[in-house]
Amino acid sequence: MTYTVEIKVMPLKELLDPQGKAVMGGLANLGLGGVEDVRIGKNITLQVNAGSPEQAKQIAEEASRKLLTNPVMEYFEVSVN
Amino acid sequence: MKFGVVVFPGSNCDRDMYDALKHDMGQEVEMLWHKDKDLSHFTTDDCIILPGGFSYGDYLRCGAIARFSPMMQSVIEFANAGGKVFGVCNGFQILCESHLLPGALLRNGHQQFVCKNVLIQNPAGEIFKVPVAHGEGRYYADEKTLDSLEANGQVIFYYCDEKGKRTADANPNGATRHIAGICNANRNVFGMMPHPERATSSVLGNTDGRAIIRELLMSTQLVS
Repeated sequence: MTYTVEIKVMPLKELLDPQGKAVMGGLANLGLGGVEDVRIGKNITLQVNAGSPEQAKQIAEEASRKLLTNPVMEYFEVSVN
Repeated sequence: MKFGVVVFPGSNCDRDMYDALKHDMGQEVEMLWHKDKDLSHFTTDDCIILPGGFSYGDYLRCGAIARFSPMMQSVIEFANAGGKVFGVCNGFQILCESHLLPGALLRNGHQQFVCKNVLIQNPAGEIFKVPVAHGEGRYYADEKTLDSLEANGQVIFYYCDEKGKRTADANPNGATRHIAGICNANRNVFGMMPHPERATSSVLGNTDGRAIIRELLMSTQLVS
């Protein structure tokens, strides 16, 4: 059957995220208090045809390792719905 | 020796590179289409160049999709066989994504696209003036990789000021350790963010790029 797999991709925690920094400035201009940090990543949704949720997850993890993310700068989390 | 310049969808410095090599430096150059695979007419004495631009619209990550194009499979084989491969700007990003060079190029630390002349210095201490034009040129690798690059003399250019000092002001993108360009351990794959091909014409007022191309890629060749 077809599984919907969500992949969350985020910049590594130790790296400066200039996009998040710019948005942080925007939030400050908006006058919203309390936001101490912003980091921006991306969300990738795959429709995966597989025999089981585990297999779908495995396929998505391989896709993430080989193309969808770059471990030098990003980490990812995979969840099957 | 001859040069091949790979044209990806979204490359925009391919013609500049061709013109610099052909007309300013009198070299034999051929354009190579990304969908082709044939490099059989090139020998390992030749050099394949990955030009600047926005291959595949910079989708996903800069260089990530170009890595899987048919021509890149041949370029990777060519590099592994000892042929020279040179990536400028987006070409450098593609080489990192292809694992031919370590590390990655991140979004500039100051969040802006930067387009200006910068100064860079090679390990011999020579300083060159070359243009940069990029939004994602902040070289990054983990400390261990950076240490080994420096220990092996694989950093081919650092950003510097007129006196050769590596300062934050002279670093246009926040690159770690002020790195502007690197090579692989075998010294046949080179990548740099600045554009030497934009500095090869005396009419345009700067020919420092000729020395860079000559020293990196043609050290045993005569340039007209």
